[in-house]
Amino acid sequence: MASNSRRVLPGFSLALGYTLVYLSLLILLPLAGLVMKAGDLGFAQILDIATGERALASFRVTFGASLLAATINGFFGLIVAWILVRYPFPGKRFVDALVDLPFALPTAVAGITLATLYAGNGWIGRWLEPLGIKVAYTPLGIVFALTFITLPFVVRTLQPVIEDIEAEVEEAAASLGASRWQTFAKVIFPAIFPALLTGFALAFARAVGEYGSVIFIAGNMPLVSEITPLLIISKLEQYDVLGATALATVMLAMSFVMLLGVNLLQWWAANRHRNTEPLEAAAGRAGLAGAQS
Amino acid sequence: MKKFPQLLAGLLVALVAGSVHADAVLLNVSYDVARDVFKDYNPLFQKYWKQKTGENIEVKQSHGGSSKQVRAVADGLEGDVVTMNQANDVEFLAEKGLVAKDWPKKFPNNASPYTSAMIFIVRKGNPLAIKDWGDLAKPGVQVILPHPKNTGNGRNSYLSAWAWALKQPGGNDKTAQEFVGKVLKNAPLFAAGGRDATTTFMQRRMGDVLITFECEAELIAKEFGKGNFDLVYPSLTMQTEFPVAVVDKVVDKKNTRKQAQAYLDYLWSKEGQENAAQNYLRPRDQDILKKYAAQFPAVKTFTVDEVFGGAAKAFAAHFKDGGSFDQIYQSK
Repeated sequence: MASNSRRVLPGFSLALGYTLVYLSLLILLPLAGLVMKAGDLGFAQILDIATGERALASFRVTFGASLLAATINGFFGLIVAWILVRYPFPGKRFVDALVDLPFALPTAVAGITLATLYAGNGWIGRWLEPLGIKVAYTPLGIVFALTFITLPFVVRTLQPVIEDIEAEVEEAAASLGASRWQTFAKVIFPAIFPALLTGFALAFARAVGEYGSVIFIAGNMPLVSEITPLLIISKLEQYDVLGATALATVMLAMSFVMLLGVNLLQWWAANRHRNTEPLEAAAGRAGLAGAQS
Repeated sequence: MKKFPQLLAGLLVALVAGSVHADAVLLNVSYDVARDVFKDYNPLFQKYWKQKTGENIEVKQSHGGSSKQVRAVADGLEGDVVTMNQANDVEFLAEKGLVAKDWPKKFPNNASPYTSAMIFIVRKGNPLAIKDWGDLAKPGVQVILPHPKNTGNGRNSYLSAWAWALKQPGGNDKTAQEFVGKVLKNAPLFAAGGRDATTTFMQRRMGDVLITFECEAELIAKEFGKGNFDLVYPSLTMQTEFPVAVVDKVVDKKNTRKQAQAYLDYLWSKEGQENAAQNYLRPRDQDILKKYAAQFPAVKTFTVDEVFGGAAKAFAAHFKDGGSFDQIYQSK
């Protein structure tokens, strides 16, 4: 279909071929190897490994903490991105650079630092502990570590999209009588929602696989604060590579389903927004709604 | 940034120049905290080998988590020798056919040139009067140790507590498991590794007692000051071994068997044993042990072979999935 039609830029087949080879080598091949290795076990055995009490508990901890961390960042990351794009303030470049720090820091360093901060005698932990809030060595610590690690994903995804929304759109909404809240809810939020979902999905995916930072703050107690990657390491410690791949495969499948769900939601949101409602129209509608109320 | 390529080139030249001099290069694949031991040992051996054969030898080191290290060797990392801190890891290489099946007999003392022991570190003045394993199971005592299933250090602690419980009047596997369960209940967390446990105990001031290697205690003293803690030697504890082996497959390919063998043999020499003692590892040589008696108090120890019938058996019974550790954490 592509070769007959004329395109502005040449080289479509070359680029597509390259993309397929690149993705195959980089992603599909290792993942296929993983699944094939796990396939040596047979479905019943994989199910057996994945539904053990410790495994189930670790899935709850890993996916629960990851969802929570991605959600927290969905909210606070949005605020950070908004401030960084919309408001000039002294030291803005510096704050902007800070956001990338969790990307650059080796995860083990992040974990050790957080554990030291939030331990009972740490700078922050000593104020929280009298209030009965324990962060280090509890599941809450896992959420904190994952929130730290995944912040850049949400902020960096949202920033260019927020930059694209011109101030005129807000002004139009306001001039048509929309309240501030209506302008946000009906004009701005629908425009950034797909990007927010992308950031959320990236953050979630990163959090699920995170190991280095979490083990130093988690406490690693069986059934309470064991993450699935720790169980995988535990299998490798026993030289049980098959068991490890089985757990990894189940994790992969669960992550894939969740990410697919997020992608579908995003696709739906983007389509609805783009096809039926250009920004200006949204601004007008918000304005009208504001005028009526 | 512009300087970077030049820097890299310079580094390469230095590396090449360094290796041109050497007649043979050995790679010693080792566990994480062995850095200091071999940093001091390698120059001793180089000097000895030069005097004996006139050959310049270069020894490179690779350090990391011990199980990860042997997996790397099995996957193709060309280590001429492995110097580990658990028999299991060398056993794994033997099963893969890289190391002789009878590797513990290839060198004296079960192929372990030096040993250490599992001991307690408590707060200054020992406020809770912790004397022995039994005290670790008492309510209100917080115990810090690395993950008993996933780390060698943690496994040694676990087996030490188990062996002590076995030796108590009426002790059997059931009472031992109950006892170890009580000790683990007193652990507020399982540290990621030996060093993480130390940091948690010393720097974050968590817990009342830290279970660790005797040789680690000296490093803690260097880092945090001698006056900050007390050592407690329990009535019975594990003698931990540090097995070494020549990796047959690699030395045959690289033609370095002679050098690799000599490198490990020399660990048993007076110089090698003295170096071990200076790094707070208990030397096998009785004279040198006596010379350093001040830093190695007499302690009653057992070996894994004596109590558990070998490292492989101990691992299978306690640390495989469904083993005694997992049973403790099964809710009924």
